[in-house]
Amino acid sequence: MFSRGKWGIHPETHKTATADRPIESMKLPEKVIIPIRQHIGAPCEPVVKKGDLVKTGQLIAVGNAAVSSNTHASVSGTVTEIAVKPHPICGEDMAIVIESDGADQWEENIPTNRDWQAMTNEEILSIIKNAGIVGMGGAAFPTYVKLNPPKDKQIDTLIINAAECEPFLTADHRVMLEYAQSVVSGIKIMKKILGVQNIIVGVEDNKMDAVKVMREAFGDLAQVIPMKTQYPQGAEKMIIKTLLQRSVSSGQLPMDVGVVVQNVGTAAAVADAVIKGIPLVERIVTVSGSMIKEPKNLKVRIGTSFADVIAACGGFEGTPGKVIMGGPMMGIAEYTVDVPVIKGTSGILAISVKEAKKMEESPCIHCGKCVSVCPMGLNPSMLSILAEKEIIDEARDEYNIVDCMECGCCSFVCPAKRHIVHHIKYTKKLLADKAAREKGATK
Amino acid sequence: MSADNALTLEQKQAGIFTVSASPHMLSNESIPKIMWTVVIALLPAVIFGMVIFGGGAVQTVLLCVISAMVFEAMVLKIRKRRICINDGSAFLTGLLLAMCLPADVPFYLPIVGSFIAIVVAKHSMGGLGYNIFNPAHVGRAALVLSWPVAMTTWTPMTYSVDTVSSATPLGVLKLQGYDAVVQMFGGQADMYKDLFFGFRGGCLGETSVLLLVLGGIFLIYKGYIDWVVPVTMIGTVGVLTWAFGGSVGLFSGDPLFHMMAGGLIIGAFFMATDMVTSPITKKGKIIFAFGCGAITVLIRLIGGYPEGVCYSILLMNSVTPLIDRLCKVPSQKRRVA
Repeated sequence: MFSRGKWGIHPETHKTATADRPIESMKLPEKVIIPIRQHIGAPCEPVVKKGDLVKTGQLIAVGNAAVSSNTHASVSGTVTEIAVKPHPICGEDMAIVIESDGADQWEENIPTNRDWQAMTNEEILSIIKNAGIVGMGGAAFPTYVKLNPPKDKQIDTLIINAAECEPFLTADHRVMLEYAQSVVSGIKIMKKILGVQNIIVGVEDNKMDAVKVMREAFGDLAQVIPMKTQYPQGAEKMIIKTLLQRSVSSGQLPMDVGVVVQNVGTAAAVADAVIKGIPLVERIVTVSGSMIKEPKNLKVRIGTSFADVIAACGGFEGTPGKVIMGGPMMGIAEYTVDVPVIKGTSGILAISVKEAKKMEESPCIHCGKCVSVCPMGLNPSMLSILAEKEIIDEARDEYNIVDCMECGCCSFVCPAKRHIVHHIKYTKKLLADKAAREKGATK
Repeated sequence: MSADNALTLEQKQAGIFTVSASPHMLSNESIPKIMWTVVIALLPAVIFGMVIFGGGAVQTVLLCVISAMVFEAMVLKIRKRRICINDGSAFLTGLLLAMCLPADVPFYLPIVGSFIAIVVAKHSMGGLGYNIFNPAHVGRAALVLSWPVAMTTWTPMTYSVDTVSSATPLGVLKLQGYDAVVQMFGGQADMYKDLFFGFRGGCLGETSVLLLVLGGIFLIYKGYIDWVVPVTMIGTVGVLTWAFGGSVGLFSGDPLFHMMAGGLIIGAFFMATDMVTSPITKKGKIIFAFGCGAITVLIRLIGGYPEGVCYSILLMNSVTPLIDRLCKVPSQKRRVA
C-alpha cells in the first residue's frame, strides 16, 4: 500500500514549439569561450597558451585526474585569452578564448573512417576518453568512467535514456529522428565495451514518432520501450525502476544493480568519436521559451555565447525575465547572456518577466502534496522547515536530505509557493561547508 | 557576423535577469484555490441545512462567516501582516464552525465562536499553517463548554413529516437506548433513509450524509484530501460500534447507524483532513484517523456526551506533531525507489 509507485508530476510540456523543427547547424561564431570545467570531476589543464594557432578538434586542455575530461578547440583560429570568464554553472571560471579565423580548418585526420570492430575495448575506451565525451543529458559525467565499471560489478543491462522529461527540450527527440544511424552505431560500440546482451531504450510516450524510428533502426539489437510521460522519468533511478523494476537504494549507483545508463545524445557522440574521430566540439541545443523569436533546435559549437545562439534564433521577443540553461525544472538561471554553451547545455530558454516573477513564500500548510510527488520518498515540507531554522544535522540524519536530486517536483506543486529546492540546496551547502570545516579541524 | 543579427547592447542590458534556484516553472496550485474549493464542496450540505432548518440556519452561517473574516482582518492588521482575507481560509473556518452549531443559537454564539476560532486557536499560534488545533472545532468546543444548553437546543425541521422530536439521534440513543431511536424514525429502514438524506435533528451542516460524502468525493478527486482519512475514521467507528455498541454482547451493535449519525461524516471528510492540523505522511494520516475513530467511539459509548467527533479530532490534533516525528518519511520501501 505504501510502496505504490506513485510519484512525479505532469507539467505542461511546451515541446510543440520545437519538436517538429529539424536540427539546423548554427553558423560559426566569431569567438568561443571554452571553460576548463564543463564536466563532473576535476577541471582540465590548458595545454595551449595565448597567441597559439589552433585547429578545430585540436586538444586544448587535458584532464589527467581519474574522473575528468579533455577539452578541444571548437573552431580554428587564435587563442586570445586564458582568463576567468562568465560560466553558466559556476558564475565565473577559467576559460580558453579562441577567436575564429572563419575557415573552420579541422585537425588532420578528422574526419576519418575507422573500423571499430577491429579495435580492442581498451583502444575504444581511450578514444572515448581522449575525445572528451561526457553525458549529454545535462550532468556531463565523463562517459569513459561509466563505460569502465570496476571489475567486481556485473553489468547485465545498458539503458539508453531518451526520456527527455524536462519541458521545452526536444534535442534528444530530434537526435533520434535525424541521427538514428549514429545512435545505433554508438549503442553497438557501448554494447561491445560492456559486453551486455540486454539493451533497452526508454522513450516517453509523447514521442511515439521517435519510438517508431528507433524500432526500425534497431531491429533486434535493442528493445525500445515507450514510458509514461511523467516528470522526472528521465532521472537515472526513475528510469531504472520503470524499465527494470530494480531499485537503486540510497548511496548506490546504477552499476550496483547491474545497469549502465547512457543518454541517447551520448550514444551519437560516442559513434562520432570512435568511427569518425570527431571529438566533442558541438552539440544539439534546444532554444525555446516564450521570449525567443524563432525557437529552434540548433547544432552549436561548444563555447558559443548564449547571446550569439539567441541571435541565431531571431533574438529576444520582448524583454526576457529569465534566461535558463537546461530545462525549466532543473535548469540554471543565468545572470548574463555572455555565458558560453558547454558540453552539458541541453537547452537555452528565455521566459518573460511575468513567468519569471518570484512568488512570495507563505508558511507551509502541511498539505502533503510535496510528500506525495517526491520520487525519492522524502519529506520536502519538513526539509524546507528545517532549512529555515538551519537545523542541518537532523535534515541529514533523520530526513535523508542527501537523497534529494533537486528535481523540483515539490516546489512545482507547493500551493504555498515555498522555495523548497532552494532551501534544500542551501542546507546541502551548509552541510558541505560543515564537513569541510570538520575535515580541516582533524588534519 | 552581421550586425543586425547580433543582439543589441540594449537587448543585452534589458536582461537584468532574475536569478533563482530551480524550478523555473510552477503549477497553478495555491492556498486560495484549495480553500475556495473546499468551500464549494461544503456548499450543498450548507444549503440543505438552511432549507431544512430555516432562517435561523441562514443567520448562523452569515454571522459565523462574516465575523470570522472581520476577526481575521483585524488580527492581521494588529500583527502588521498583509490583509489577505480573500484567501478563503477565514471564510472556510467560519463556515465549518457554523456547520457544527445548532441552527437557532443566539446571535452572540457564532461571534464568540469565530473569535475563539480565529483569534485564539489560529492567530495566537502564529496564523495559517502554524495552528495546532482545528480552529472551527476549538470554537465549537468552547461554545459547548460555555453555553451547554444553547448548544444542545436543537431546531425542529421546517417540514417534519414523520418525526416530531427535534432531539438528535445520538442524544436519544444516549438517554433512551437504541429502540427509542428506531421508534423515533418509525422503523429501521426509515431511520437509515432519513440519516442518509439528512432528515434528522442535529447541527445545521452535519445532517446530510449524501451531500457531505459527495463533497468529500469531489475533494478526493481534486486531490485536496486523502481518501484514507475518512475511510479509516469511519471504518474504525463502524467496526468498534458493531463490536461493542450493542446491548446483547459482542457484535450486536448497529454500525450503519453510528457511521451516519452525529458529526462523523463532516468530521471525517472535512475536519480530520484539515491539512494544517493533521499528519503529512500517509502512514501518519492512517494512525491519526484511527485514533479519531477510536476516541469518538469511546466518548459515544462510555463517555458523558452523546457525540465525540469534535473532541476526538481535537485530541488527535494535539498528537499530530508526535505522529509526524514517528513517520518522518513516507516509508522505507518507497525510499529506495
